[in-house]
Amino acid sequence: MYAFKYHKPSSIEDAAKVFSGADDARYLSGGHTLLPSMKLRLAGPSDIVDLSGIAGLKGIKVEADKVTIGAGTRHNDVALSAEVRAAIPALADLAGGIGDFQVRNRGTIGGSIANADPSADYPAAVVGLGATVHTNKRTIAGDDFFTGMFETALEDGEIVTAVSFPRPKRAAYMKFPNPASRYAVVGVMVAETASGMRVAVTGAAASVFRVAEMEQALASNFSPDAIAGVAVPADNLNSDIHAAADYRAHLVGVMAKRAVAKAAG
Amino acid sequence: MPTVSMTVNGRKMSGECEERTLLVSFLRETLGLTGTHVGCDTSQCGACCVHVNGDSVKSCTLLAVQADGAEITTIEGVANGEELHAIQEAFRDNHGLQCGFCTPGMIMSALDLLKHNANPSETEIRHHLEGNLCRCTGYHNIVKSIQAAAVAMGGAS
Repeated sequence: MYAFKYHKPSSIEDAAKVFSGADDARYLSGGHTLLPSMKLRLAGPSDIVDLSGIAGLKGIKVEADKVTIGAGTRHNDVALSAEVRAAIPALADLAGGIGDFQVRNRGTIGGSIANADPSADYPAAVVGLGATVHTNKRTIAGDDFFTGMFETALEDGEIVTAVSFPRPKRAAYMKFPNPASRYAVVGVMVAETASGMRVAVTGAAASVFRVAEMEQALASNFSPDAIAGVAVPADNLNSDIHAAADYRAHLVGVMAKRAVAKAAG
Repeated sequence: MPTVSMTVNGRKMSGECEERTLLVSFLRETLGLTGTHVGCDTSQCGACCVHVNGDSVKSCTLLAVQADGAEITTIEGVANGEELHAIQEAFRDNHGLQCGFCTPGMIMSALDLLKHNANPSETEIRHHLEGNLCRCTGYHNIVKSIQAAAVAMGGAS
């Protein structure tokens, strides 16, 4: 790891100020992507701005129509929360399947979505549940947040402060995990929401995407059979040592059907 | 260099280290607590598992400066003097270790499981141990050890 200057501000304003005054700063939340990247010298920031000292970034608020999770809230805080499990079980399930128990004790929702790993789980929840991302400058619709592989709508220095998830009528997340890393080879969130049906796929392409044809089919018949005939084209899907594009395309269908079956209960 | 202070196994300890020093390196090289092991150094194997403010974490993926002011428990803090903790006894009784390299991490991880779930099923134990790799035992006796520890610690019936 290259040397860097370490800062631990206690407010969002101070964090943004330190960030903008540094040569090449990076925000640190749980650190479970950034620190491994720095060890490999894939990242070598001049300054690390640790956001964990900012009290207002942590916590879970469950309301009648939505669940709001502070950006600094750890995966295990979500996975083990009885309140989240009661309100949106699919969200607790998704958080509980990220990495392993120790990773979930450090990694945060804000860090995960700001990093926008194509195989991360949370993007499927943000898009699949129609969430809203709150930052220190504005709010961003979940559908507009992820713009590409490790790319988001965030501006340089902008800080995710919270994510609000509207409560779905029913939802479920199923993934085919990489057996070593637990990253999603393919993960699918299926949700029936107040504003319609949503099917969001992570792991398969450069960035999370929705499958409109499945959403239409589920709107008239919420059952695995309704989407059995929907083929997702393999064009533009990821191919790597873990899975070829056509296999990922197949998995999208399998995971979507399993998610529908689970959500239908 | 910054000075990092933390309460380790109930004792206040401090030392100087670079900002980029990992918690596991600080524990081993600055504080001399070599019971916590570095296995993969990539947050996968769990040999470096310690408790930070009561939660099990991988100390190879945490900067020492991030743990400034924290309460840390390492494998050295589990036994009561010469008297082994029930989970350590359980690992010994059930042949839960062979080479022993992963054992400190296995025990620190399992203690966190038993804190959340005093009577875990075999499936729950195996699921919990996803972040702890053992290359000797095939996990079978580790699972048996943790089941025995749950009984000894009063959680399981």
